[in-house]
Amino acid sequence: MNAEMILPLLAAAVQTGTPILYATLGEIVTERSGILNLGVEGIMMVGALAAYVCALATGSAWLGFAAGAAGGALLAAIHGLVCIGFRGNQVVSGLALTILGTGLANFLGVAYIGQSIPGFQRAALPLLEGIPFLGPVFFRQDALVYLSYLAPLAVWAALARTTWGLNLRAVGEAPEAVEAAGLSVSRLRWSAVLIGGAFMGAGGAYLSLAYTHLWTTGLVAGRGWIAVALVIFAAWHPHRAVVGAYLFGGVMAFQFRLQALGTHLPSSLLLMLPYALTIIVLVAAGLRLRSQAAPAALGVNHEPPD
Amino acid sequence: MIPISLHKRPAPLTWPSLLILAGAVGLSLIASALLLHWQGKPALAGLGLLFQGAFGSLHALEDCIIKAAPIFLCSLGVAVAFRLQVWNIGAEGQYAMGAIGATWVVLSCPQWPAHLLVPAMILAAGTAGGLCGLIPALLKVYLKTNEIIVSLMLNYICILFLDYLVYGPWKDPVSFGFPMTTVFPPAAILGPIGGTRLNWGLVLCLAAALGFWVFFRFTRLGYELTVSGESRPAARYAHLPYQRLVVTVMVASGALAGWAGFLEASTTINRLQPSIMVGYGYTAIVVAWLARLHPASIAAASFMLAGLRVGVENLQLEMQVPAAFGGILEGLILLTVLAGGLFGHYRIRWRGRS
Repeated sequence: MNAEMILPLLAAAVQTGTPILYATLGEIVTERSGILNLGVEGIMMVGALAAYVCALATGSAWLGFAAGAAGGALLAAIHGLVCIGFRGNQVVSGLALTILGTGLANFLGVAYIGQSIPGFQRAALPLLEGIPFLGPVFFRQDALVYLSYLAPLAVWAALARTTWGLNLRAVGEAPEAVEAAGLSVSRLRWSAVLIGGAFMGAGGAYLSLAYTHLWTTGLVAGRGWIAVALVIFAAWHPHRAVVGAYLFGGVMAFQFRLQALGTHLPSSLLLMLPYALTIIVLVAAGLRLRSQAAPAALGVNHEPPD
Repeated sequence: MIPISLHKRPAPLTWPSLLILAGAVGLSLIASALLLHWQGKPALAGLGLLFQGAFGSLHALEDCIIKAAPIFLCSLGVAVAFRLQVWNIGAEGQYAMGAIGATWVVLSCPQWPAHLLVPAMILAAGTAGGLCGLIPALLKVYLKTNEIIVSLMLNYICILFLDYLVYGPWKDPVSFGFPMTTVFPPAAILGPIGGTRLNWGLVLCLAAALGFWVFFRFTRLGYELTVSGESRPAARYAHLPYQRLVVTVMVASGALAGWAGFLEASTTINRLQPSIMVGYGYTAIVVAWLARLHPASIAAASFMLAGLRVGVENLQLEMQVPAAFGGILEGLILLTVLAGGLFGHYRIRWRGRS
């Protein structure tokens, strides 16, 4: 391998990792509030379809992106309603949401199979693209990738540097204490679920608007679940999510490249790579994190005293 | 804010559960009918076709029972794990491995008579499915890895492995390039019961259900499992072997899903091909939760959701409604039942204005 082969591969890793990055950030925000949302896969499907349909109808990729985020937040709101409103089991609700979201997107998306949209196209950033190595890898991408460079910073700043973030993290660790301080546990968790859902929807929107430029069934293909795993890998920190997302982007890009080159390896075995890597990454995270890094109240519904 | 307050009941009420289920199914049907209407399809006629297709004829009812059998086995498996609060989401992959294991036996010993072949297939399917459940269990117990994600990732891996086999080494040389194995010999196919289209696989379901009931009702391990599932602290206090329990339930869970794979390969498809994967493993999760993890209710719920699938097939045929419609209904029903659980677990009082 030489530089001519490695640089495009790394650039593809960044691009392929971007939808996973958005979704992982969404799950981090959600889980930090103590709500486990396993519906990421379904939310990304709905986000992808909403974005695609809106971009097709309005001709604006940015409106499509907004629609994807809104669609994601809307589906996540169902999870909020069931878990925060009705105190249903979070694990099962998330699974149901994945079934519902996947069904909904495949049902409504049938009419859109076979069309394509311009969506977001590659647009190199002037000056920055000239930087050796970094330029071709990071700064000859599309606008949503550039936006995704800011997203982890924004999430980190919101969680670590604002009152809302402080309260949100507290609600994920000790909801009783937050309640005793006179704050509303439900309202904080609702905000996390909705904002998280918008990020997940944005991840789905990236897939249809900038990655494939079309709608197909099975577009998300497990990326939502990979995002759930990456939250653990990232130990609930936004900046570590970047590393994880690009690692998966790299493996996926590498595997597609290998298929395109025409190896003797059967494609079904190559396609296993990201899923096998997910398990390996989780095992590695389990070995590394000696103390439990998860929010203490994760997955537990809050029961206010009578 | 809504002016109500919730008070947790000391023990959840059981009588509203059927009412909640009926309400949930009703609400979900209304929501999906609206969806049909929005898509420009006649909604009421659609629901009619759904019911007629599922329960409107003897032929349809037979279809429901045939489809209910693998769903039932997967769901029983899921329920074993869920009872311990171990979240095995891998029924789909374990089902695939079961089908692969059974097919491996058929392809290795195609000459065997039925009384050797069928038990060997059942054994291989159970072992393959069980091993597939063992992986997330061992990782959970020894490395504290999240079993939800591992078992789910294994779904993707197992299905791809099945694809690899039927596109590659196991492909029938005379299949004109289609990804499928050769058709099973008659000895590998469970025959019909009497003059019906139902097959002897139902006996396997019955045996599994009986085993499940006896295990939880009469064995020490089953009792330990129930206790540990209800309260981890109580289990720790009583020095129950939690880790061994996790491994046991996951292997049993995988084996049951593996049996479902065997059943589908033997009775419905009569060979191995990618179309054997129709999402029974995910439907099983819905079924297990709707049935509150009780075997008799699982049987009823399996029948109901199998009916939903048969009905959606009819809807697809008559009205060109995409098959994904079934997923929408399953998801909606489960979500509304989850939400409805509130009414059994809490006493609700109007607070009025203060």
